[in-house]
Formats: sequence, structure tokens, C-alpha cells
Amino acid sequence: MDFFTNFKEQFYMNFIKDDRYLWLTDGLKNTLIITALAIILGVIIGFIVAIIRSTHEKNGTFKIANWICKVYLTVIRGTPSMIQLLIMNFVILASVSVNPILVGGLSFGINSGAYVAEIVRSGIMSIDQGQMEAGRSLGLNYIQTMKLIIVPQAFKNVLPALVNELIVLIKETSIIGYIGTMDLTKGAMLIQSRTYNAFFPLIAAALIYLAIVMILTFFMGKLERRLRTSER
Amino acid sequence: MSDKNNVLIEVQGLEKAFGDNLVLRGITTDICQGEVVVVIGASGSGKSTFLRSLNLLEKPTGGRILFEGTDITDPKVDINRHRQKIGMVFQQFNLFPHKTVKENIMLAPVTLGLMSKEEAEKKAEELLERVGLPDKADTYPDMLSGGQKQRIAIARALAMNPDVMLFDEPTSALDPEMVGEVLEIMKELAEDGMTMVVVTHEMGFAREVATRVLFVDEGVIKEENEPGEFFEHPQDQRLKDFLSKVL
Repeated sequence: MDFFTNFKEQFYMNFIKDDRYLWLTDGLKNTLIITALAIILGVIIGFIVAIIRSTHEKNGTFKIANWICKVYLTVIRGTPSMIQLLIMNFVILASVSVNPILVGGLSFGINSGAYVAEIVRSGIMSIDQGQMEAGRSLGLNYIQTMKLIIVPQAFKNVLPALVNELIVLIKETSIIGYIGTMDLTKGAMLIQSRTYNAFFPLIAAALIYLAIVMILTFFMGKLERRLRTSER
Repeated sequence: MSDKNNVLIEVQGLEKAFGDNLVLRGITTDICQGEVVVVIGASGSGKSTFLRSLNLLEKPTGGRILFEGTDITDPKVDINRHRQKIGMVFQQFNLFPHKTVKENIMLAPVTLGLMSKEEAEKKAEELLERVGLPDKADTYPDMLSGGQKQRIAIARALAMNPDVMLFDEPTSALDPEMVGEVLEIMKELAEDGMTMVVVTHEMGFAREVATRVLFVDEGVIKEENEPGEFFEHPQDQRLKDFLSKVL
């Protein structure tokens, strides 16, 4: 059999027959939902932790909150995200029935928050002290100055690092299959288990991940350029 | 020289220590309505720390500061409310780079609910006219020269309708050819009756515009006088040495 006939037949077997491509598309949908939940949660946690930590560093307040944040960062960054996912599913939420997609979003969000926090904190610390002084000297309080002056500038500075975190996160969600839900990776594995062909489903999954990351990188580049030119 | 009835800021035995380093060792002076007080001194003398203490950007470690009769060093006092009445201009301008010039000026009055957006916009346009930059309203600060930035910073502080303006070496970061335009605005401000405290190395400005000059050295006021007497007949030896170096 020549190569092309073989290719066509394998392609048919892996994707067309019994609508097997649906495993990939449904899986992709779950991957995107989990990632979206996780990044939203991660950014919220990250900003709160970053503001608490940098406020503490600057003027020594929030002692207890800062201590809690440090424990959170140490534990989350010191253990594999897969273990965190398994603990979330089989220990913390073992006795309640929660949709595994939500479990994944929660677990990955808490994980990502730790990394976002350190990214944002470095962004806040990079803003010149004079900006805070200017805001305060006008009569704005600490929170108003943070919200209107410091954080927007910090956010812009760390945007590339945040997108990088998003890219890492998308790929990280591929371990969600361990708690019994189907994402893009699991979908590819299910096809493989039916067709006994590894090449097509796995390469297809890889290409889809790659495409998502490339699209993100493209839009990020555009956004970054726009943010930069808005000040010129 | 000071009529107690219109004292705006009363500084009593002000002290400030950074760790073991005592920078201000008891400064006492009154700043009255309409005065233009110029503070001079060598670097490290504590003159900037003194100025920054007046709106509590530096927290005094001793003494009291009464602003319009209220002791603002009292931790129970809402300092943000009083800072609204104390404008400050910094050496490094500290404009908000992510906001346009107009937004820089409007930010505080609108956020603090003192003006509606429309009122603030009108005020911003007036102020831009006043500092001679009406065409820069929609520009971002990074596009401006140092002198222009500082003029915008002055406009931003004025937008709050402050009772007093503090200037922390407003021309020290400027190229020489831009010093004049900033000093000119400050001079006009003084002529309009604004109460001002100015830390500067511009002796010409002190001589011409100040109503009183303070010489700060080793954390205390070594000498103070009206500018004519101050520059012509300095008494303190350290001041004589200082003036001989800078004049």
C-alpha cells in the first residue's frame, strides 16, 4: 500500500469513523474551560497576595496576612501541581460531588495564583516610589493610589510574564485526565485506545496545543505594542 | 514678622530620625498665609526631609506640625484630607506615565469627589492655559521635556486648590535652559498670593521672590531672614561659607 492511501485510511480511522474527532473537540472545549477558570482565579488570588506582600514589604503592615501568603506560596510552589490536583479531588473534595472541571479549575487556579502573585509583586516593586508619593501627596489614600496609579503600571510591565504563565497553564491542564475528566490530551488517548494508533491522535493534540499557544502569542504581541504606543 | 492670626503651618520642635541618624534636630517656625519661604542648605542638611515632613511623606519622630490649627502628626488625624490642601511638586516630577496630561490633572479631584468630570476638565484646561501648555492636554508625559513635565506637575497640584504649595528642588533635575520657564510659573504663583515653601538651589529666585529665607544646617534652622538682609549680611559662619560657595 502506498503512503498516501495508508495516510488517508489512518486519518479516517482516527478522526472520521464513529465521529472520533468529537473526542478531540469536546476535550479541547474542556481544556479551554478549565484554563479560563484557572486563570481568572489565579489572577484574582495573585493580585491580592501580591498587594498584601508588597504592602508589607514597604511599610510593615499586614503581618499575619503576609505570613499566610508566604505559607501559601511555599506550599504551592514546593509541591507538584499533579499532587495538588489529586489532593483537591481525592482528599479535600472527596466527600462532596463536584464537577471535575470545576475541581480542575479550582486546583489549577490556586496553583497559578502563586506564580501570578510573584510576577505581580515584582511588577509592583518595580514602580518608582515617587509614583506612590505623588498619589499620596494629592490626598489619595493608599488603596486608591495602588488601584489607580501603581497596579495599572505594574500590570503593563508584567503582561508578558503573565501571558507566559497562561501558556504554561494551558499545557499544565493536560494532567486533568488523572481525576477522570476528558480534556484534549485525554481525548487523544481515548482515540488511541480504540485505534491502536499513537501517531495521529497524539500529533493532532500536539498541533492543537501549539496552535492555541501561537494564537495567544500573536495577540499578546499586538496588545503589548498597543500598550506601549499609547504612551508615545 | 508673623501675625499669629494667619499662620498656616506651625512647626514646633520637629525631629526626624532614620534609625540612629537624627536628620532633623528640632525645627520650629511658622509659615503664614501668602508667605514664600525658600529653604536653602547643603545636601544632607535635612532641608528636603523638613519639606517632606510638612505633608507627612516623612513621619516625624518628634515635635508637632499644626496645619490650619490641626496637629497632623496625631495618628488619629485623617492625613489624606489635609494633604488635599497641601500641594507638592517633586524634583523628579512624578507624573503618572500611563495617563494623559489632562488625566494627570483630573485624577485626584475626580477620584476624591471634589469635582465632577466636567468641572475637572474645565479646571484642567484653565490650568494648562496658566502654565502655558494648552496644546498638550492629550499628550502622554513621556513625550514632554523636563520643563514641560514640571509645569504639568505644578498644574496637577494646583487642581486640588491647595492652601499651600511645597516645592522639593523643582528645577534640580532640569536642563539649564528649562529652569527659567518653571521658575517663571512659580513666580507668577507667588504674585497671585499662593503660600509657598520652596527647597531650591536657585539663589536668584530666593532673592527675588522669597519673603523669607531659611538656612537649614545640621537639622536645625541656623538662620532666617528676609532675603535682602539674608544675602547681604549673613550672621552664621556656616551660612557665610555656604553662600560664598554658591553665589
